[in-house]
Amino acid sequence: MNSTWSRFNITSIVLGFAFLYLPIVLLIVFSFNESKLVTVWGGFSTKWYVSLFHNQGLMDATWVTARVGVISATVATVLGTLAAITLTRYTRFKGRVLFSGMVFAPLVMPEVITGLSLLLLFVAVGLDRGFVTVTLAHITFTMCFVAVVVQSRLVTFDRSLEEAAMDLGAPPVKTFFQITLPVILPAIISGWMLAFTLSLDDLVIASFTSGPGATTLPMKIYSQVRLGVTPEINAACTILIAVVAIGVIIASIANKRREIQRQLDEQAAQRG
Amino acid sequence: MTNIAAAASSSTETAAAPPMTLAKGFVDRLVIIIPYLWLLFFFLVPFIIVFKISLSQTAISMPPYTPVLDFKDGVAGFFAGFRELNFDNYTWLTQDALYFNAYVTSLIIAGISTILTLIVGYPIAYGMARAPATIRPTLLMLVILPFWTSFLIRVYAWIGILKPEGLLNQVLLATGLISQPLVILNTYTAIFIGIVYSYLPFMVLPLYSSLEKMDYSLIEAAQDLGCPPTGAFWKITFPLSLPGVVAGCLLVFIPAVGEFVIPDLLGGSQTLMIGKTLWNEFFSNRDWPVSSAVAVILLLVLTIPIMFFQQAQAKAQEQGR
Repeated sequence: MNSTWSRFNITSIVLGFAFLYLPIVLLIVFSFNESKLVTVWGGFSTKWYVSLFHNQGLMDATWVTARVGVISATVATVLGTLAAITLTRYTRFKGRVLFSGMVFAPLVMPEVITGLSLLLLFVAVGLDRGFVTVTLAHITFTMCFVAVVVQSRLVTFDRSLEEAAMDLGAPPVKTFFQITLPVILPAIISGWMLAFTLSLDDLVIASFTSGPGATTLPMKIYSQVRLGVTPEINAACTILIAVVAIGVIIASIANKRREIQRQLDEQAAQRG
Repeated sequence: MTNIAAAASSSTETAAAPPMTLAKGFVDRLVIIIPYLWLLFFFLVPFIIVFKISLSQTAISMPPYTPVLDFKDGVAGFFAGFRELNFDNYTWLTQDALYFNAYVTSLIIAGISTILTLIVGYPIAYGMARAPATIRPTLLMLVILPFWTSFLIRVYAWIGILKPEGLLNQVLLATGLISQPLVILNTYTAIFIGIVYSYLPFMVLPLYSSLEKMDYSLIEAAQDLGCPPTGAFWKITFPLSLPGVVAGCLLVFIPAVGEFVIPDLLGGSQTLMIGKTLWNEFFSNRDWPVSSAVAVILLLVLTIPIMFFQQAQAKAQEQGR
């Protein structure tokens, strides 16, 4: 295989990754810029981070975003996992086509449509726009992403494990919690993280469904970006990137450990 | 965990239990019903409301429209409402060239960007698929990682690069490649760059997964038989990667048509895209019925590609089973 990895392949990968990462790297570098201009280097400084923490509006928005993210990701993970089980396990029930349509369509649905339609729903049922409506909206569009992630793990799941447990007398619900859940847990965790980042990231749906007092961080960043590019926004973005990057790295390390442990267990089981 | 592994090896000898395909029992029903009802109420019903409001009249109040189909006056009132339904908002959309142009421009921009993303993404996915198996997970992780960082931030990062006094122009002026700063920000070029950049992982991942599964001895066989490398690519590699190409293109094209953030931040006020038009109708003009009508038509335009996407998803699901 190594011999077929040509110079062309390596070049295209290097150029591709440079394209993907250079803008982010530049953004981080210029958050440490002394000068107020985002494009001219005026020396190293962390003053924008200091001023960031004194920006009360930004801090409030961060807190709202974090709460919306945690709550919506958690509910979306439960609903998305149930949806994934439904899609993989129950192949025949009334309205299955509609159901799978409703799970897959939000993945590609333009955000302006999702946002507008949810807002009109909330107005129709008389729900005041604010924290609750943003959270409900985020649950709805992120649960479909969770469903896809969990489903891809469930299709490769070895059903004979469950059958063995049930042959040995375990009731279905207990089988699910003792056998199925531990096996698909990594997928559920990455589903939660995906839901959390999507919620953290969302500008359009939040703008439609949010109300006074529930301004999220992307909404705040967006309104400041429209006024002009400042190092302070770069600093806010850098912190956000750092939080997500640390989370992803921890998760992948934990995943790798579990994988190694599983392989060791399997080897031990085969020997014994 | 040891017990599970042991159980697995022993159960392979026993006969397989009948598959659990029919929904039976209370718990099974609950598993289906909870997400089903949620999606019905928060995904399907809202579309019906959008459709309903697109047929109602604009009013200066809160909410800024007069409901037409309403059960307030009982069932008779509901049916009476049918006579009052007005398609003015749709006539308005067809009469004003602005909307038609916005739809067409969005489709063209999304189409060109999709092709550009494919051209940029294919060599990356191909290089990853041919990489030594040991580093493939790392490469995969590196493609996914930018997807985890905020979309808004990634688009914002390009403003600093593409500005007239931005980094790209500074580099090009310093190296003497250009004598005048290029105007890229607030043009369609900037939108193309933004879409290709933001959606690249969506293209690379499905491409990679179909290229990785490919049997490369086929290419060796073709080359042994005297087929030149480019011929082998177009006759073998590309057709075999077609499911990935289709999935990737749909994943880029559909959301790109309704994109708002990229045309708004990188395209400036001159550029016309339907997502931006809908946003402005709603937030600036506060015209809810017209923005609903814009959404309904956008949805109709996207129905065919979305159905293609769902079919591709269902097929992939069947193969994975």
